[in-house]
Amino acid sequence: MSNDYIYTTYIKTTAEKVWAAITNPEFTRQYWGHDNVSDWKVGSTWQHVTSEGQARIVGQVLESVPPNRLVLSWANPANPTDESRVTFEIDTIEDMVRMNVMHGNFKAGSSMAEAVAKGWPRVLSSMKTFLETGKALDTWAGHDSDCAK
Amino acid sequence: MVTDEDKVFKALADASRRQLLDKLRKKNGLTLGELCADHAMSRQAVTKHLVLLEAANLVVTVKQGREKLHYLNPVPINEIYMCWIGQFEQKRLQALHNLKQSLKENDHEQ
Repeated sequence: MSNDYIYTTYIKTTAEKVWAAITNPEFTRQYWGHDNVSDWKVGSTWQHVTSEGQARIVGQVLESVPPNRLVLSWANPANPTDESRVTFEIDTIEDMVRMNVMHGNFKAGSSMAEAVAKGWPRVLSSMKTFLETGKALDTWAGHDSDCAK
Repeated sequence: MVTDEDKVFKALADASRRQLLDKLRKKNGLTLGELCADHAMSRQAVTKHLVLLEAANLVVTVKQGREKLHYLNPVPINEIYMCWIGQFEQKRLQALHNLKQSLKENDHEQ
């Protein structure tokens, strides 16, 4: 196993809701900016696509065990040979869900590694806020609610 | 609870722990031995710091054979960022940060 990045967040929600947040375009467009589109079956293609139909990220579904594990290949459609691999692990721990996102298997000299290192922390924070408050927010926007808990 | 913000701030309030995070930022997935290398701290001290960093969810570990690999998890820091910095201040703060960096670099050159 070779994973260059691992991101973890704990979310007060259920594994099923996290799975839906990753795989349902109605949800992804609210906190991740664009639609994640696929039938999420092993061997199918998936894409992260704008509302105008422009694919930003494309790949294949490599493993799919709802609601706990999803493995995708990941590439910019303009540079399809620069392919990497993303694994989502969704585990229920008491009344919370721990979501791990592992991004690795980068090709030597990949330009994707740096981009995803900046992107994932924002996507995960945004997903957490979306699932915990039910509020739709722009991926790059901040919170409206009080931050001190 | 694991997500406790206090744990993140406490974990960050120590230069040695921030040094360990810096090491992982430069090279992710290090073993305990690699994290201890060229560090003034004892192995025990590093282990103690790593326990705190893990409890704050700033470091995530993965077992690989007999080794444990350590990864930097910046998500809790990003949550703090999203809360108190937000989108509007970002450009001005970036400009200030760039200015500070260039002044620092000038300092080193002299």
